[in-house]
Amino acid sequence: MGTHATAGLTRPAPSLDGAAAGADDHAQRDLLRLATAGSVDDGKSTLIGRLLYDTKSVLADQLSAVERATAARGGEGGAVDLALLTDGLRAEREQGITIDVAYRYFSTARRAFVLADTPGHVQYTRNMVTGASTAELAIVLVDARKGVLEQTRRHAALTALLGVPHVVLAVNKMDLIGFDEATFRSISAQFADYARVLGLPAVHAVPLSALDGDNVVDRSVRTPWYDGPTLLELLESVPVARDASTEPLRLPVQYVIRPRTPEHPDYRGYAGKVASGVVRVGDELRVLPSGRTSRVVGLDTFDGPLDAADAPRSVTVRLADDLDVARGDVLVPAAEQVATGQDLVGTVCWLTERRSVPGARVLVRVGTRTVRGLLREVDARLDVDTLTVEQWDPVDTLHTIDATDTSTEAAPRSLGLNAIGRVRLRLAEPVVLDDYATHRRTGGFLVVDPADGSTLAAGLIGPTLLDRLVPVRADERDDDWLAGAGI
Amino acid sequence: MTTTFPTDTTTADPGAAGRLTQLDALESEGIHVMREVAGEFERPVLLFSGGKDSIVMLHLARKAFWPAPVPFPVMHVDTGHNFPEVIAYRDRTVADLGLRLVVASVQDAIDDGRVVERPGGSRNPLQTVPLLDGITAHRFDAVFGGGRRDEEKARAKERMFSLRDEFGQWDPRRQRPELWDLYNGRHKPGEHVRVFPLSNWTELDVWRYIEREGIELPDIYFTHDRDVFARDGMWLTAGTWGGPRADETVERRHVRYRTVGDMSCTGAVDSTAADVADVIAEVAASRLTERGATRADDRASEAAMEDRKREGYF
Repeated sequence: MGTHATAGLTRPAPSLDGAAAGADDHAQRDLLRLATAGSVDDGKSTLIGRLLYDTKSVLADQLSAVERATAARGGEGGAVDLALLTDGLRAEREQGITIDVAYRYFSTARRAFVLADTPGHVQYTRNMVTGASTAELAIVLVDARKGVLEQTRRHAALTALLGVPHVVLAVNKMDLIGFDEATFRSISAQFADYARVLGLPAVHAVPLSALDGDNVVDRSVRTPWYDGPTLLELLESVPVARDASTEPLRLPVQYVIRPRTPEHPDYRGYAGKVASGVVRVGDELRVLPSGRTSRVVGLDTFDGPLDAADAPRSVTVRLADDLDVARGDVLVPAAEQVATGQDLVGTVCWLTERRSVPGARVLVRVGTRTVRGLLREVDARLDVDTLTVEQWDPVDTLHTIDATDTSTEAAPRSLGLNAIGRVRLRLAEPVVLDDYATHRRTGGFLVVDPADGSTLAAGLIGPTLLDRLVPVRADERDDDWLAGAGI
Repeated sequence: MTTTFPTDTTTADPGAAGRLTQLDALESEGIHVMREVAGEFERPVLLFSGGKDSIVMLHLARKAFWPAPVPFPVMHVDTGHNFPEVIAYRDRTVADLGLRLVVASVQDAIDDGRVVERPGGSRNPLQTVPLLDGITAHRFDAVFGGGRRDEEKARAKERMFSLRDEFGQWDPRRQRPELWDLYNGRHKPGEHVRVFPLSNWTELDVWRYIEREGIELPDIYFTHDRDVFARDGMWLTAGTWGGPRADETVERRHVRYRTVGDMSCTGAVDSTAADVADVIAEVAASRLTERGATRADDRASEAAMEDRKREGYF
């Protein structure tokens, strides 16, 4: 592997489920959510098309539609344009670009995959952030002829920001550089250096050709110098099972179940999905933000009671005491000191055309709770192009900004579409403040426009996330700094 | 559709709730979405056609709110060209579960002059108007649909919570980014949100879940003898809706349906699959996707679905 060892990965050959009827062990199959980052030019659509095609997830009529479309576009006879499998909307087909997150599905006997296909252009940062938010693994795609570009660094930085646990560097178009080992090694090493700065976990690099299929699903004979796993083998073998028992319990209450039926006149259950950790019958829990405590006396499901429920299972919790628990509350271990408050500092990605306005009245959604809030100020902004962070002294002035002026100069302290910055919010009511860096399942939030309900920004609770993204050249790196950044 | 407690608990394994399989994860996600809607919206409704996807969706709703009843009504957009087996199933299910059924009728819309019958006899495209009229009349603000992203390319971009304007239109550029599991359902008066709890399921997932849960389906999903005639490469059922024409010959064949829709455009396939396990084997080995094989109206153009979604279709 050269850069990072693939320790801990078992590598059985992929077992394709696609057309294999009947006796597979799909009942034990698990689910991996992944995202792709890379630009159209890097061959991303072709790579995804190849994954679908080679796992036999493309069926005859889809394929014939693609063959017809290839022919209609004057494609050469023979090679089907696999990219056409994935470009969904007419505007995209006409322009030949991908403009929004699309979700693709493929599976093997061992694992089912939900792939968030996110556009790679700089102006679609928001889509990448969206796709990465639920991903357990990100594929960062580079063109072997171009190597690691600014854009590659951007994708890696966003992946790190969103806390995606596994990263695969797919070095594509190896066929165009004659499957040259030295080039592959150099690109992998360069990316691994940068990934280390970002605090990304072990990165796996795979040399491949999406166009010809080398090392995507099937092992290539053209890379005898590479004995690592193919892309699909990697996808099949990265560990997805979280050890929920090591996580702190968080159970945001979604809904209170009160049947008031003759069979269940006094039933009161708190319905929710375990966001992280494990909840067990007998646990002493605290209800936040009220702070009252009680004991779990039942974990109910339609299929019968449970003794324990791991994330991300949906359950209904019954408590020993008749507390006033409602949607928006969070159940946490009684013994744990969990931060709550009305002052939220976080990193946001601005998702809409209208610029942020200091002093804007917004709604803030954390878990199942929505509260009114005031966007106090932006005190730092990440330049996604150069990956540098501008910091400003806090002033917390409420000077007016012309929200219709979209030029960056006009609004040095506001955020426009796709900008990433640190904001301070004052909330009307307390919420649970889990740091996103350590609580990926509960540390995210949304900023919503109260007027029309649109989502203005997605945010990550905690003050330090941006600091990790400031690039440090390899020769300036100092491990004390890395340790201090919590890496 | 069982109304009693399932005795065969293949899902919950008390004391060892540990690792979730893929189907567990999809089920949990669906239940989570159902509860979000119940918690955030005033007047949700679940679109129920008696087809397998809406049956699975209703099953998730039962699980989400147990031991309370499902806290919203179901709506059937009735094309008037229904399979009798499916209507019987619908009515039995509604009665068993004590649900309130709202019917939005295409025939009524034709009679009132709100829509015009099409020359081909297909009423599938005509469902949009009664659907939107039904949503408006009942002031529904969240509408559960059984759409899956794997069904069709335009649907691959669909959100779990899909905002529709007062004309029911879907504008891909107005869809909100969806991050983590924070679904934003806020909307202006007159707008509504379509919600797709099965977004991340494939056809095979739906069938395997039906098998695992022991969910009962209408008989037409399994092989039976039926009088059919060939049109556009599909077997269509002879009926008053406009077939067969003089040049079409009726024959009796062993067929089953892969989807349940309007009789005029839902085709049967030759099949000997007699139960869910047979169907799964057939689907897993099939070389044709669900819609392509059996929906005449999806073949019109590469952008057919996108255009209809913009008009407020499912």
